Amino acid sequence: MHQALYAQLLVGLINGSFYALLSLGLAVIFGMLNIINFAHGALYMMGAFVAYFLLNLAGINYWWALILTPVIVGAFGILLERTTLQWLTGLDHLYGMLLTFGMALMIQGVFQYFFGSSGLPYAIPNLLKGGVDLGFMYLPIYRGWVVIFSLVICIATWYLIERTRLGAYLRAATENPTLVRAFGVNVPRMITLTYGLGVGLAALAGVLSAPINQVRPLMGADLIIVVFAVVVIGGMGSIMGSIITGFALGVIEGLTKYFYPEASNAVVFVLMVLVLLVKPTGLAGRSN
Amino acid sequence: MNNGSPVLDVRNLEAWYGESHILHGMNFEVRPGEVVTLLGRNGAGKTSTLKSIIGIIGKRTGSVAFEGKDLIRLPVEKIARLGVAFCPEERGIFANLDVKENLLLPPIIRSGGMTLNQIFELFPNLKERLGSEGAKLSGGEQQMLAIARILRTGARFLMLDEPTEGLAPVIVRQIGKMIARLKAEGFTILLVEQNFRFASTVADRFYVVEYGKIIDTFANSELQANMGKLHTYLGV
Repeated sequence: MHQALYAQLLVGLINGSFYALLSLGLAVIFGMLNIINFAHGALYMMGAFVAYFLLNLAGINYWWALILTPVIVGAFGILLERTTLQWLTGLDHLYGMLLTFGMALMIQGVFQYFFGSSGLPYAIPNLLKGGVDLGFMYLPIYRGWVVIFSLVICIATWYLIERTRLGAYLRAATENPTLVRAFGVNVPRMITLTYGLGVGLAALAGVLSAPINQVRPLMGADLIIVVFAVVVIGGMGSIMGSIITGFALGVIEGLTKYFYPEASNAVVFVLMVLVLLVKPTGLAGRSN
Repeated sequence: MNNGSPVLDVRNLEAWYGESHILHGMNFEVRPGEVVTLLGRNGAGKTSTLKSIIGIIGKRTGSVAFEGKDLIRLPVEKIARLGVAFCPEERGIFANLDVKENLLLPPIIRSGGMTLNQIFELFPNLKERLGSEGAKLSGGEQQMLAIARILRTGARFLMLDEPTEGLAPVIVRQIGKMIARLKAEGFTILLVEQNFRFASTVADRFYVVEYGKIIDTFANSELQANMGKLHTYLGV
């Protein structure tokens, strides 16, 4: 019985890793661009597919894919931002939501057209195959890697935004982009690169996910609603809120699957409703 | 006073907020080492003039020459990097950043800017409040922080928009001493003020702004002789 509990805990941590990485990217994008990026799930899916293409068409392995995929999909994100999203600056959130929702449907539609709805396999890299017997449970190495690597990336992103000069520019520009420009900082370029960073994080999550979940056009759509709930609970635009909430909700979901499976799909949304009723800005969000 | 070429030369500057025509041909200059004050009632176009110079107001025509370079077609960040430092009326202290981050935020654009030690000598209060959130400072401290952070950048031309607004008399005097000291160190300052009594303690020359145009100008030495006119212009 305990093995099953620990197994669900591990599944929860893994899902939490994806929630954290994806909600982090969303929080970065919302914080900087004030855009609720409904295309985020599709970009996560693109990350998985790019890793698949790199391996199967170019023979580029998983390790290089971890570096190249976020750059490639991030560049695509920058192209999207420059050609479409930048025109929505200053407009109501609704326009950004509608545009990115449309983009998500288009991107998913294109991939579904070429690859159908069934999944494509992506092998676990040799170095991360197998598992470790911890005594109380058997830990597949790749899954442990996903959790640790995700945590490292999340902390590194938090550090970049909260503790570096670049992060100070980003945080200041969310409040008063005009004044930051008046100091000599190229804010439009910074916004574009930040969108690329957020998209890159989604793509990185896609690469991590590929060996665990099959590479499918709808893999992002399945996840994105939960990720939005994570962001709402953690606080829109709050970096640490997204990270902690992502991991925590993954674990809560996993534990719910063990103790009361019927509620496991709904538990995240129940928590979201409760948080919205008590603290609408989210657990770590600020009221503007 | 230095009688060299103007640091800032504004000719026929017109500006618009959307459809609203706010500046109707501003003409003035600021010479090296001067403190020049734009005086006028609320809504006369003083702040809009500063914003037009720094490029925040996008639609502008005319000529704004800074050290001989035309600013009209340049984006905001390029104007700032030429050496134009702007301290806005609302101070613009970032609540997301602590005092130290606010102070260090503006990039150094040229050498010769004040060091942190020099800034703390000018504004001793700031040193004690480095870890505080920017938004938790008093009005006076926020104003000092807003000025201190642009002094670090190396810019020698400062535009200060109503630096004494809403501040207690003792803080106003402190700011006056600070401006006098900056002038003595060779800074060139374009000041916007409604408080002409304060401005008279620091300014070399005044321009009176009304309906987006300069309607009068006089030196500080002529202030007493023009007091009647000034009362009429400012409605005080």
